[in-house]
Amino acid sequence: MRSITFSEATLEAMSEEMERDDRVFIMGEDIARQGGIFGQFKGLPQRFGFERVKDTPISETAIVGAGVGAALAGMRPVVDMHFADFLGVAMDEVFNQMAKIRYMFGGQTIVPVVLRAPDGIIRSAAAQHSQCIESWFLHIPGLKVVIPSNPADAKGLLKSAIRDDNPVLYFEHKVLFPMKGEVPDGDHLTPIGKASIVREGKDITIISYSLMLHRVLEAAKSLAGSGIEAEVIDLRTISPIDKETIFESIAKTKRVMIVHEAVKTGGVGAEIAAIIAEEMLDCLDAPIKRLGAPYVPIPFSPVLEKLVKIGVEDIVNAAQEIC
Amino acid sequence: MTRIRLFEEKVNELFLKGEIPGFVHLYIGEEAIATGVCQNLRNSDYITSTHRGHGHTIAKGAQLKPMMAEIFGKRTGYCKGKGGSMHIADFSVGMLGANGVVGGGYTLAAGAALACKMQGRDDVAVCFFGDGASNRGTFHEAVNMAAAWKLPVVFVCENNQWASTTPYRTTTAVENIADRSVGYGIPGEIVDGNDVFDVYEKAARAVERARTGGGPTLLEAKTYRIKGHFVGDPELYRSREEVQRMMKENDPITRLKERVIAEKRLSEKELAQIEAQVEAEIREAEQFAVESPFPEPHELYEDLYVEGGVSNA
Repeated sequence: MRSITFSEATLEAMSEEMERDDRVFIMGEDIARQGGIFGQFKGLPQRFGFERVKDTPISETAIVGAGVGAALAGMRPVVDMHFADFLGVAMDEVFNQMAKIRYMFGGQTIVPVVLRAPDGIIRSAAAQHSQCIESWFLHIPGLKVVIPSNPADAKGLLKSAIRDDNPVLYFEHKVLFPMKGEVPDGDHLTPIGKASIVREGKDITIISYSLMLHRVLEAAKSLAGSGIEAEVIDLRTISPIDKETIFESIAKTKRVMIVHEAVKTGGVGAEIAAIIAEEMLDCLDAPIKRLGAPYVPIPFSPVLEKLVKIGVEDIVNAAQEIC
Repeated sequence: MTRIRLFEEKVNELFLKGEIPGFVHLYIGEEAIATGVCQNLRNSDYITSTHRGHGHTIAKGAQLKPMMAEIFGKRTGYCKGKGGSMHIADFSVGMLGANGVVGGGYTLAAGAALACKMQGRDDVAVCFFGDGASNRGTFHEAVNMAAAWKLPVVFVCENNQWASTTPYRTTTAVENIADRSVGYGIPGEIVDGNDVFDVYEKAARAVERARTGGGPTLLEAKTYRIKGHFVGDPELYRSREEVQRMMKENDPITRLKERVIAEKRLSEKELAQIEAQVEAEIREAEQFAVESPFPEPHELYEDLYVEGGVSNA
């Protein structure tokens, strides 16, 4: 195994899939000549040409819609959204077109589109460049949503998303792009819909994903120091949610906490808490705990921005409240 | 054109009798546009349609039986009863779907055209839209992208003068939608939307241009919406006299008949035979739809996702 960055892992995934299947192409703003804001497309046009790695007009609606149209005509487009926040500009194409087409037309077609959406708080990018909006898409039947936390899954989930015949939203945290990690050699695929247990424990289940997973793992080390062994689940896919892995873990630990960077209100944690409350409540020895950002847009000032971020200490304290 | 007209008159009648659920938007009076344009297309070409999509669907070669069944919400319909009138699609003839969102088809057509170009095919995509839809932002984004990338797409504006209940003049300052083509560096052309020959000839040029790498064209077909926005629309926004006058003076089917008779291409008898044949087809379609079963409860979750997800292709 080699250690490469998250960004390099996504590049490998793209290269391998474009090599494997000539229907795969990628388009987005500033991806070809610039190589993407985070270098996540560097070198691709030199290898595959500017026709298959396309710089687009600043037209999110047309980019997503054309991706869907191209998929209907036999291609397998990967569409870069620049920043996840800009999905809002193309919402009709995402939820009225892409998500509905297969069902509404009685299964006559497939819609194999991948939308790549860099999300999360990074260096005072402020309210329109910092959001974690993954939970919006749980509410729309017809979509799949994945969100890797490490280079191996970044590669494996992107490859699986490209091969999936369904539309997939692929969220990638901006802070994770330079992060290094081991990535298996060869055709590495991470299954969509399967969470992973990244740390075993017996006292509490902490469910997280994306950047927050790293804070949770740090918190778990700290908790171990005070005698609490946390089991940590990396959700990896948030639609569909892997209930089986969650339920098995809770059956063992009897306590659960969900941690995400997104606003707590209406977040992924709310859905998971509801699922557990409906199906596993009898099993719990303590109330379900959720940790998410406060209900405000992400502020610009570094002093204020820091207040909406979840730190290791917040996670430790919250876990201790229910253990 | 007669097939579209009689099919829709039947749908109108059945809707008013309460046999069809949902909403139905009729294309009556605009048949020459879909017909004139689609006569230039092959099976492997694509079209995207609007919420007023029966005419486009029939003109592209879809069958009446599964169309009627779909409008009834039956499992034998094109979309197994999950789409209805506003969402009929027949991918086997390149009809990529009617669209419940006004202006929803532009970007899909651009994408289908992009695929044709990337695959090295000389197929084209045609996007039908109305004058109301021309004020959606998607128009600008898709036409600009198609123009910049020289995509094989023809944008066909059906200017029927009404955006739902609002007249064209109150929402749009330009005289002609076709004039907007100047802003995108592509040709724009106005056609008489009630003259199938004029539509056919000018659409032929635009389709050929797209097919041979010349890029997109914006065609504006001037027409008039004879029926209400939807079946059951009380039409308080316009006078009955205006509608009757337009139909009397400018019915595209009457104009077609008069011309083919005058030019001795078809006799009245032959035209009557065509009409009788179409009437029989429509009776069969109605019977098929009425006798077809509704979907079973277990079908509720079918076709939402591709089972297993990962394709082996």
